[in-house]
Amino acid sequence: MAGARQYPDETAGPFPSPPTSFEDRDGRTIEVRASDDFEDTLEDVVEMYVQFDPTDRAQGIPPTGDERIRNWLETIADESVNVVARHGEDVVAHAMLVPDTSDPSTIEDNAEIEWELAIFVLQDYQRAGIGTQLMEYLLGHAIGIGIERVWLTVERWNNPAIALYERVGFESTGTESFEQEMAIRLGDDSTVENGNEN
Amino acid sequence: MNVLVGLVGSDESIKTLEQTIDRTRDVGDDLTVATVEKPEAKRSQEEMAQEAEKLLSEADIDAEMVALEGDPGSALVDYAEQGEFDQLVIGGGTLSPMGKIQLGPITEFVLLNAPTTVKLVR
Repeated sequence: MAGARQYPDETAGPFPSPPTSFEDRDGRTIEVRASDDFEDTLEDVVEMYVQFDPTDRAQGIPPTGDERIRNWLETIADESVNVVARHGEDVVAHAMLVPDTSDPSTIEDNAEIEWELAIFVLQDYQRAGIGTQLMEYLLGHAIGIGIERVWLTVERWNNPAIALYERVGFESTGTESFEQEMAIRLGDDSTVENGNEN
Repeated sequence: MNVLVGLVGSDESIKTLEQTIDRTRDVGDDLTVATVEKPEAKRSQEEMAQEAEKLLSEADIDAEMVALEGDPGSALVDYAEQGEFDQLVIGGGTLSPMGKIQLGPITEFVLLNAPTTVKLVR
């Protein structure tokens, strides 16, 4: 339940802020950008999830089929924080934070809310270092807008994903069944270089 | 069919019971409703039993009520194992803010230990 979740005492980081551009391990130029108005990128993100191989879905997401994908993203679009990676015009990876509150329209201070994280990388772009980069830029962007507590769940047997989350500073909380719950603490001292609002 | 439904006291438990009642009425199953002890649940075991009895009487379904003590998952599986049940019905998980399906430790214990068929209600 919200509120009972355990977070590390120490803040993780530092993390860089988007936008950025880098070359992945296969020599492709990848651009990472925060999507301030998710409506603008929604269509491209829907297209990515339409291409997504459902064998890699986790705990029911992403859903399959254009319509259900669109419904899912539109439901969380308004209040979520989104960072996308593009190769050329195409979105090839998407990471997001969704506020854990029953009434997102009343959020006054992002620091008071716990945010759930998810990240998906299109199959042809996996194992190229994109997930780690996208994750770090999402967390850097989150710090810039005052987010302090981020959590996620991951299937307990998904060792590559758990290793990625641990690498950026997530720690396992006590809660564990089929899913492993993990959490990270962010703060002002975990921003790097080109600062931001803070 | 002889059906045992396990309720922990969450909103998910209410949905599980409502769906089980509909199914019981449609096919004429025998139904036993078990409430378990889960201190952190929204409803106490007693409150859950009262709500269950209300839903059952509104639907005009006769069901045996039982209050189980001890660890919820273990108590349910043990009770299912001792009785002549064909199916054990429990809530099938909650959704995270993101929309991820989350199964708790009680569900996991029941799935891995119950000798009967287990039905998860979504």
